[in-house]
Amino acid sequence: MSVLVDNDTRVVVQGITGKEGSFHARACRDYGTKMVAGVTPGKGGQKMDDIPVFNTVTEAVAHTGANTSLIFVPPAFAADAILEAAAAGLKVIVCITEGIPTLEMVKVMAVLKNTGIRLIGPNCPGIISPGKAKVGIMPWHIHREGPIGVVSRSGTLTYEAVHQLTLLGLGQSTCVGIGGDPIIGTDFIDLLKLFQSDPQTEGIVLIGEIGGTAEEEAAAFIKSEVTKPVVAFVAGQTAPPGKRMGHAGAIISGGSGRAADKIVALKAAGVTVAPTIADLGVIVKQVMG
Amino acid sequence: MKIHEYQGKELLQKFKVPVPPGGVAETPAEARQVAETLEEGPFVVKAQIHAGGRGKGGGIKTAANPEEVEAVATQILGMTLVTPQTGPEGRLVNKVLVEKAQDIVKELYLGIVLDRTLARPVIMMSAAGGMEIEEVAARTPELIIKEAVNPAAGLMPYQARHLAFGVGVPPELLRPATSFIHNLYHMFISLDCSLAEINPLVLNGLGEMLALDAKINLDDNALFRHHDLAALEDPNEMDPLEHEARKHHINYIRLSGNVGAMVNGAGLAMATMDLIKAAGAEPANFLDVGGGASADMVANGFRIILSDSRVKGVLINIFGGILRCDRLAEGVIQAVREVQVQVPIIIRLEGTNVEEGRRLLADSGLTFTVATDMQDAARKVAALVQ
Repeated sequence: MSVLVDNDTRVVVQGITGKEGSFHARACRDYGTKMVAGVTPGKGGQKMDDIPVFNTVTEAVAHTGANTSLIFVPPAFAADAILEAAAAGLKVIVCITEGIPTLEMVKVMAVLKNTGIRLIGPNCPGIISPGKAKVGIMPWHIHREGPIGVVSRSGTLTYEAVHQLTLLGLGQSTCVGIGGDPIIGTDFIDLLKLFQSDPQTEGIVLIGEIGGTAEEEAAAFIKSEVTKPVVAFVAGQTAPPGKRMGHAGAIISGGSGRAADKIVALKAAGVTVAPTIADLGVIVKQVMG
Repeated sequence: MKIHEYQGKELLQKFKVPVPPGGVAETPAEARQVAETLEEGPFVVKAQIHAGGRGKGGGIKTAANPEEVEAVATQILGMTLVTPQTGPEGRLVNKVLVEKAQDIVKELYLGIVLDRTLARPVIMMSAAGGMEIEEVAARTPELIIKEAVNPAAGLMPYQARHLAFGVGVPPELLRPATSFIHNLYHMFISLDCSLAEINPLVLNGLGEMLALDAKINLDDNALFRHHDLAALEDPNEMDPLEHEARKHHINYIRLSGNVGAMVNGAGLAMATMDLIKAAGAEPANFLDVGGGASADMVANGFRIILSDSRVKGVLINIFGGILRCDRLAEGVIQAVREVQVQVPIIIRLEGTNVEEGRRLLADSGLTFTVATDMQDAARKVAALVQ
């Protein structure tokens, strides 16, 4: 098993004829992911390599049986792309795009609520289930198939953690970057639920950062619902208040969002918290025995 | 993006949110002219900086007549205002807002924020106007009335009534109070705000409800569809290096330490700052050079980091994913030659083709210290700057 993406995943890439879209569609295909279609309005009938391009997501789904979308369209059009994918019946939608206006995401989330559609991102690296499918922009070669589920708000920090795990012989079930924006489709709790019920996943790595209260909410959930061991790291212990640290969502505001509070909450929930990112892999190894 | 109080109030007026009569001035003479147009006093003169707590630092003063306004503006303009939010270095005051002083009967709080967990705008009101909302939330959360807005329905009249009655607005003032809330919400949505805070919202002796202060933040991600608002940015309010970095599309934030850091990725950049601190040194900056980390970006990153004279050493921490480490190393070498870096550089490379990358660095003839891992890199750079 794994979560969200596996051997049955069939991907349609929205924005496949763009620079990013075509580059990463090829990289995912080369990893072995079934990249069955692309969508660029007005370029229907063309091909990107041997991947057929359609005008609409609905057409792409009808012709290819795509069940997952990977979105690379520019920020001004990304909310529309997400809702087009949802309207076409896709149940997993991964949005890589960074810079979507927050109020657009408010609308998107209102539409997706209670539909069972899983939006990952925006502003995220995507999902990989090593050995099965890569639906995102992460470097594939640092991953190995194995028992650790990884969920993170940051891209490069996820790669760093995965690389350490792999070098220590700890493979991954699924790694998910949930995104660095203030409003994201899938949060830590959603992933914790999936990892808790996934037979392949034996331990969970959670990587948080300053801003918002997602880590505190995750801690409360872990305390009551998660029996698998969880190791966490929270970035930004030295971040000053009121400054946005790269990610749109990484900001300490009005006394909320501090790393110290998140670490206290996670520890109180029985989570082992790595003091620095350099210690993370070794600590996971210790915790997993 | 933050904007000044006077800019916020100009926007409020466009959306029919009432504000006290007033105007902005850059010189004492202009301040006097503004006061003269406002009929009779008393007046209030307010320093325009992007930080709260201005009154405590001497940045807000009252004046009885236009002559006094000129005298008070002379004191405030050009001063370096230190408030609890500016840090010890303070901010230079370039502009003042001159307003007609209000006879305050009641002070309320009204704020609109985006609730990340609910994924909706939330309107908050409190009868404890003038106090920081965080303080009210910590001490007396029951005094804060909240309404989350469903974007499909928009703000409904009952929600505005809940808020107004909840903070004790008397029935005869219900209409001005609810239209104030509706108009502010309309502005929040129309202009893609990330925060719209009126603290205090005052009721004056004439029975008017006015925004006595205005803290409006705009969503950076939405500025592409509000070109007129992007022009409201005041470069004087930004750290000059942060301003320079932005021109090169580099995410840079200046901190107070002496270890410069250049990292690819925002999360890893934050984690690297933390690592420097854990090794016993202080980070001088946050810098995300971007996923690509090209030679040009690295060179620009060096220029910005080294413009801060406190920097005694630089830690480069790069995880080469899709971009290979050998390409990254070439970029770093080219940039160091171009910028003629004078301080020690510790570099930690990891990822694809890392061996080739390390070899290129070692053979470059430049004095890099190549670290074996992140921990090693942080210890080495901390030892160097001691």
